[in-house]
This record gives sequence, structure tokens and C-alpha cells, in this order.
Amino acid sequence: MQFGIFSVSDITTDPTTGQTPTEAERIKNIVTIAKHAEDVGLDVFALGEHHNEPFFSSSPTTTLAYIAAQTSTLQLSTATTLITTNDPVKIAEDFAMLQHLSGGRVDLTLGRGNTGPVYPWFGKDIRAGIPLAIENYSLLHKLWREHTVDWQGKFRTPLQSFTSTPRPLDEVPPFVWHGSIRSPEIAEQAAFYGDGFFANHIFWPASHTQRMVALYRERFAHYGHGDPDQAIVGLGGQVFMRKNSQDAVKEFRPYFDNAPVYGHGPSMEDFTRETPLTVGSPQEVIDRTLGFREYVGDYQRQLFLMDHAGLPVKTVLEQLDLLGAEVVPVLRKEFAALKPAHVPDAPTHESLLAAKKVNA
Amino acid sequence: MNQRSLAVVSAGLSQPSSTRLLADQLAAAAVTAAAASGIQLTVTVIELRDLAHDIANNLLTGFPPAALKEALSAVEAADGLIAVTPIFTASYSGLFKSFFDVLDKDALADKPVVIAATAGTARHSLSLEHALRPLFAYLRAAIIPTSVFAASDDWGADSADGTLRSRVDRAAAELARELSRRDPVSVIDPFALTVNFEDLLKNP
Repeated sequence: MQFGIFSVSDITTDPTTGQTPTEAERIKNIVTIAKHAEDVGLDVFALGEHHNEPFFSSSPTTTLAYIAAQTSTLQLSTATTLITTNDPVKIAEDFAMLQHLSGGRVDLTLGRGNTGPVYPWFGKDIRAGIPLAIENYSLLHKLWREHTVDWQGKFRTPLQSFTSTPRPLDEVPPFVWHGSIRSPEIAEQAAFYGDGFFANHIFWPASHTQRMVALYRERFAHYGHGDPDQAIVGLGGQVFMRKNSQDAVKEFRPYFDNAPVYGHGPSMEDFTRETPLTVGSPQEVIDRTLGFREYVGDYQRQLFLMDHAGLPVKTVLEQLDLLGAEVVPVLRKEFAALKPAHVPDAPTHESLLAAKKVNA
Repeated sequence: MNQRSLAVVSAGLSQPSSTRLLADQLAAAAVTAAAASGIQLTVTVIELRDLAHDIANNLLTGFPPAALKEALSAVEAADGLIAVTPIFTASYSGLFKSFFDVLDKDALADKPVVIAATAGTARHSLSLEHALRPLFAYLRAAIIPTSVFAASDDWGADSADGTLRSRVDRAAAELARELSRRDPVSVIDPFALTVNFEDLLKNP
């Protein structure tokens, strides 16, 4: 099982100090955070894509390439790459390029994006979100698998004798996860292609995630990719830890109360009960995270949101220390002991290349 | 007897509340009128006061906490609805509107709904027609023709068999008639797959 972190790249004022990092500081900090993730033994770093303030991450492959150059084992991913407003041709090129530069340490998570005003900036319409996701991905899928592509669709100019360059590393396309909160069409899309399904999970009740993952697993089997429990599932999570539970609660509360998304709304206690958010000791995080398996089954990737809501970088790095030293080693052992042998691990470039050789 | 369900939403804030009193009168009259048509009505009363924080939280987070989820599901699954609000500043209360803002936009489609309101003076009575009726028309509810308004005067000593009583009974009878003409409600599952992916691929 893979463990890692994902960042939405928000630039948020620290409510305890009133300090807001500059874009330059936040961008430098995200590189520090990613490198630290590898240092403490995590497997994955995933970065969001946004084209509006207060977020900085408009060009994830640029940032991920820079991180790739300074790491050696970290798997680089996205959370998410916008399959609606990006040209699938450019996604094909950017991620193949990143594959080559990083030695294959790349996968990506596709999402639609839910910010209406962003769509027209890229010549699109949010009302066509699902059709855009479906057509654009079908082209992306083809561009990575066929050398010369003739293609015609509804949302971009036709392609004649087009070859996306560079070709995927070793002719193995990056593994794709499809991310969604509550659109059954996207679970279906992931199942149809035999790709992974990533449930945002945080900010929402567990019942959403349970329903979506169950649908994806059932349809994955329907399309002949394996048994339902062999489908590839990833989950988000959100934690804040200190050795003593009460210290975690006290320190995180002002960040929770003022956070974008849920701040000024439910109490931290209510939100902790209703969503996967866990604020407490490393042992509480371990127990809660192991519990996810009870409603989604054995899964392949667990990413935590650690660096949002204005938390200072020093605190984020301390959180990663706790995650790497006290939480993930236990979770690795416990999840591995529970997982049946026929349930696969998350695909990597090496495993996909090995499978390709077997099938050739 | 046929079984049907009735949800009653009351947005009264004080306790005791005249809004809740009117809601209870309407619910009791509906049970009686339905029984006369061979329908046994099961009534679920939802006090929005108890859900005020949950409703605000749903507006902020995008999902209903458990107690609100239960109330929203009860409204969705109900065969009929009685919706009663106090009139504040010439319209329904903000809390009343917010509840219907977080309800699924299709939840009331073709559902028989009695609209009712309370206020301090009879001068607010047409709020039902210029505020509540358009709101429920937008939600595609089957709004019962008789709406019921109760001002302070209507709760006076001489009103036990007065005009309020007759309006309550008329609205209840109209509601019972609509219930008896309809099949029981079936709830739409938002997580159910309703499309064929290969069709979507061919024709995005």
C-alpha cells in the first residue's frame, strides 16, 4: 500500500499570527514539504491544479519536475489534473515529459474542477463538465497508446496524423486515477478503462465514499478487469497530530475554525465525527485510518492533506515527521497483514512495464 | 387502508409556537381527511429550529449533518408535505427558505404540498401567494389550492369553529384528494448509475 500527502496549494493567512506567506515563500515551501515527505519514508506526493487565487499551483508538471530532480523514490502525482479545461493533447505531452525526467515516477489523478468561472477562461462551460471529462480522456487515452492519431470530437479541433511527443516512457502510459466526490459517471469511467478511482473522502461523510467505491468496484468487474476487490482504490484523509491528543485539538482548532471550505461552520468535533478528519494522537490517526478499510475494502493508496489552512511550514514538517515515524510504519504492517494475496498493489511504472512484458 | 406518509415542516422559533400549532392542526386534519379516503397517514414533524445550525453548516460545507440528512430524507420520501412558516419582513423566514435551499431541487417534484403561514397581523396574509407559492412552484411541487394563513386574531376564543378551522379542513381535504390520486413516492438514488458509458462515449 502507498502512503503519501496531497496539497491543494492554498495560500492562506495563519489565523494565529495574521501572517500570509507570499507566493514565492509558499512555492519554495511546497518543494521543502515534498522532499521531506520522501525523507520521512512516504511514497507519494500529489499536487492540485488551480487557476484562481488563493491557490498557486497552475502548472503542476513544472513543480513536480523540479521536485523529481531533488528526490529519488517519491512517486509524483496530482490532486487533481483538470481533464475538462486542459487540452488533452497538452496533458499527454506534459505528463509523458515528466515521466521521462523522473524515471517513471509519475501518475496522475483526473478531476473536473468545480469552480464555474474557471471554465470560460479556458473556453469551456461547466455545464458540459461530464461530457468534457469523457471526451477529453478518451483522446488522452488514445494519444498515449497509439503512435499516429486521427481523431475528431466535439470539444477541440480534429487531429490528423498527430503524434504526441515524447512518447510515454518505455511505451507505458502513466497510471491514471479518476477523482470524484459524488458523480457516478466518473466511477463508471474509471471502471470502464480499468483505471484507478480516487475518492476525495475528506470534507464529506463516509457514506458518499462508500457508495462511490462500491459502484466503481462492481463496474470494474463488469468490464472484465478483475474481481471487485481487485479494483484500484485511493482515498484522501486529513489529520493533525501531537503526541497528546489534547495538544493536537488545542493547536489545530484556530486553523479549523478559520479554514477555507468548512471554516466558520460546524464545530471541529462535529466535523471530525462526520468526515474522516482526525485531530489527536498518532494512535488515534492509526485507528481511524485502519477503519476506512471497513467501508471501502482493501485499498491501494492513502494520501493525507497536511499543509492547508495557513499552517506554518515548520508545523507541517513536524506533522510529516510524526506521520513517517509513528503512523505509516504501523499502517503498512497492519494493512499488509489484512490484505489477501489476490488484491494488487497500486500500479507503478515498474509493475506496468513488467505486466507489459508478460503480455507481449 | 392504504399507507402514505406526510412530512410536516414547521419553521416557528418560539416555544410554544403558533406556527407549530397551525402545523399540528393541519396535520391532524390531514390524517382525518385521509382516513375518510381510506388512507392511513404516517406523520413526521420536522422542527427547523432544532436544525438551524445544521442548515447553516450544510450551506457552508455542502453536505447535511446526520440529523438534517434524516429530515431531508423524510421530506423526499414523504407522499405529501405541509410547510408552515412565520412571516418575517413580508416573506417566509430565512430559516424556512434555507431548509428548502439545501433540499434536493427535484425532491418536491409533483409532491402535494400545503403551504401555510402565521403572522402577527392579517396584513401579511398575501405573503403566502406572493412568496411561498412561487417558491414551491419553482420546485415543481403540486401546490394545494387552499393556502392557510393564521394571524393573532385567528387564535382568539371565538375561532374554534371559525374561518381558520374551515380553511384548515378545506386544505386537508384537498391534500387527501391529491394523495389518493397518486402512487406512493419512489426516492431517486443520487449514486445510482443512470447512463450507459458506451453511449456517453459515442455521444458526449
